[in-house]
Amino acid sequence: MSEQIILQDKKETAKIRTKITWRRDFQLNYQLYLLVTLPVIYIFIFRYIPMYGAQIAFRDFVASKGFFRSEWVGLKNFEKFFASPYFVRIIRNTLEISLYTLIAGFPFPIILALSLNCALNRRFKKSVQMITYAPFFISTVVMVGMIMQFLSAKIGFVNRGLELVGITPIHFMGEAGWFSSVYVWSGIWQRAGWNSIIYLAALSTVDPNLHEAAIVDGASRLRRVLHIDIPRILPTIIVILIIQSGQIMNVGFEKVILMQNPLNLSRSEIITTYVYKVGLVSSIPNYSYGAAIGLFNSIINLLLILSVNKLSKMITNQSLW
Amino acid sequence: MPRRSMKVPISDRIFFAINNTFLGLALIVVLYPLIYVVSASFSSTNAVISGRVWLWPVDPSLRGYEAIFENKSIISGYVNSFFYMGVGTTVNIVMTILAGYPLSRRDFKARNIIMMGIAFTMIFNGGLIPTYILVRNLGMVNTRSVMIIPLALSVWNVIITRTFFESTISPELLEAAKINGCSDIRFIFYVVLPLSGAIIAVNVLFYAVFHWNGFFQAFIYLNDKKLYPLQLVLREILILNEIDPIMMTQVDLEEVAARQGLVELLKFSLIIVASVPVLIMYPFVQRYFVKGVMIGAIKG
Repeated sequence: MSEQIILQDKKETAKIRTKITWRRDFQLNYQLYLLVTLPVIYIFIFRYIPMYGAQIAFRDFVASKGFFRSEWVGLKNFEKFFASPYFVRIIRNTLEISLYTLIAGFPFPIILALSLNCALNRRFKKSVQMITYAPFFISTVVMVGMIMQFLSAKIGFVNRGLELVGITPIHFMGEAGWFSSVYVWSGIWQRAGWNSIIYLAALSTVDPNLHEAAIVDGASRLRRVLHIDIPRILPTIIVILIIQSGQIMNVGFEKVILMQNPLNLSRSEIITTYVYKVGLVSSIPNYSYGAAIGLFNSIINLLLILSVNKLSKMITNQSLW
Repeated sequence: MPRRSMKVPISDRIFFAINNTFLGLALIVVLYPLIYVVSASFSSTNAVISGRVWLWPVDPSLRGYEAIFENKSIISGYVNSFFYMGVGTTVNIVMTILAGYPLSRRDFKARNIIMMGIAFTMIFNGGLIPTYILVRNLGMVNTRSVMIIPLALSVWNVIITRTFFESTISPELLEAAKINGCSDIRFIFYVVLPLSGAIIAVNVLFYAVFHWNGFFQAFIYLNDKKLYPLQLVLREILILNEIDPIMMTQVDLEEVAARQGLVELLKFSLIIVASVPVLIMYPFVQRYFVKGVMIGAIKG
C-alpha cells in the first residue's frame, strides 16, 4: 500500500518537474548549478576532452604539426595493429589473465561469505573478517614486492618450503609459464576477503524466520545453506558475474607492469602495458598508434559491458542501470 | 513431527567443525605471509639471506629499520606522499560534495543529464595516450599538480555520496528550511554536512588510501625524483632492486655481498614502514570501508 503511494508521489513530482522550464529551474536552483559547475568542468576536461582527443588514432600525429594539422589516415593505425605479430599475443595474454582471474577467483568470496555466515562464534568470525580484509589495503607496489620476496629462489619461504619436501626451487618470476598463476593467486589472496563483503551484506538480509521455520522442519545447517542462503545471494552473484564478464578485456595495468620482466614478457604483455610502451616509453613514441590500440580496447570494453548487460536483462531481468 | 530439542544434531556438528576448519585455514593462509614479513623485518641480515626465518624473528635486530632512515629518497618519498594524500584528499572531498549534493536533489532539472554524463565515463574513456597529451598540454607533467588536479574526483565516490544524501536528507527537511528562507548553500553547511559524518568519513578513507597507495599517476607523469611519492621509491628498491649508489661505492666483494644482504632485509622493513599509515588506521576504520561498499552495492 504505502509503496504504491510513494510510487504515485514520485510520478507526480516527476510530472511537476517536467512542467518546470529550464529557465524557471535555473532561477529556482541557481545555487545548485553553481555548486555543480566545478565538477562538471572537471569531468568535461579530464574525461571528455581525451575522448575527443582519441581521434589522433585516425590521424598521423606529428608533434611539429600539432594536433589538428596532423593528417587523417583513416584506419591505417588499426590495420597496422591487426597485422602486427603482437596483436594475437597481447590479446591472448590479456584474455588468459582475465579469464583465469574470473574462473579461479570468482567462487572464493562466495564460499568465504557463506562460511562466515555460518560461523557461530562471533569473535572468531570478526577476527577472520578483519584479517582477510586487510590485504586489500596493501598497495600494488608493496604487493608485488612481497610476491618477489616470497618467491625468490634463494630466500623466499615458498621455495624453501618446496626444498623441504624435495622439490627443486622454481624460478616463478623468471619463467613465463608461471606468470598468470602468480598473478591470479596472489590476487585471490589479496581480494577474496574484501570481495566477500558484498555477499555478506546480501546474506544479512535473509529473514531469520525462514531459518527458524526450516529448523522446525528439521533442516540441517547445510541444507539451509543450499536452500535459503544461496538462493538469497543468487541475484548478487549474477550481478557481480555480469560486471566481471564485462571487464574481461580490461586487466589492471599497475600489477602487470610491476610484475613484468624481460624473462616473462612473452606471457605478460597485455594491451594496456603495450599501449604504454609504444605510446610513451619507446625511443620513437608513436602517439597515434598507441591511441589506436587504446581506443580499440576502450571500444571492445564498452561493447562487452553493453552486451553482457543486455544478455542479463534477457535471461535474468537484471540490469546494471 | 516432534519438535527437535535445542541440542545440535550430529550432522550439524560435523558441518560446523568442517566450516570452522575452513575458516581457520583461510585465516592462516592470509595471516602467515603478513606475520612472515613482520618477523623478517625484525630479524638480522644473516637470518634473512640464509632463509632461517619461518615464523618468528631470528636474531632480533633493528638494522633494516636503521637502514631505511639513512636513505634520503625514502624519507622524501614519505613526505611527498603525505603531501599528495593531504592536499589531494581535501580537494576530493570538496569536489565530491559539490557534485554529490546537487545530483541528489530530485527537483534539480539538470540532475539526470549530468548524472548520465558522469556515469558514462565509467564505461568509456579516451585512453592513456590522449589523456597524456592533454595533461602535457596543460603543462602538468612533472609538477605536483599532476598528482592532485587530474585525480580531483572519482565517479564511484560521487555515486555513493549522492545515494547517501538521497536516503538521509529528507525533502521535508529541505522544505522546512526553504520556508524559513534558507538558501541551498546555507542548507548544505548547516543541515547536510552535520548529518553526513559517516559518508564524509567513508570518502576521506577511500580517497586517502587511494592517494597513499596510488602508483599509476606518478609512474606516468613524474620523472623528477624529488617529486616521487613513496610508491615510486618503493618500486625502485623492492622491484627494480635499485638503491642509492652511495651505498654501492665499495668495490670490496665481501662488502658488496653484505650490502646486498642488507638490501634484502631493508625490503622487509620497508614494506612495513610503507604500510604503517594504512595499517594504523585500519582497525578503527574498517567498518567505514565496509559501509562504503554497502552503500555502493545498493546502487550496484
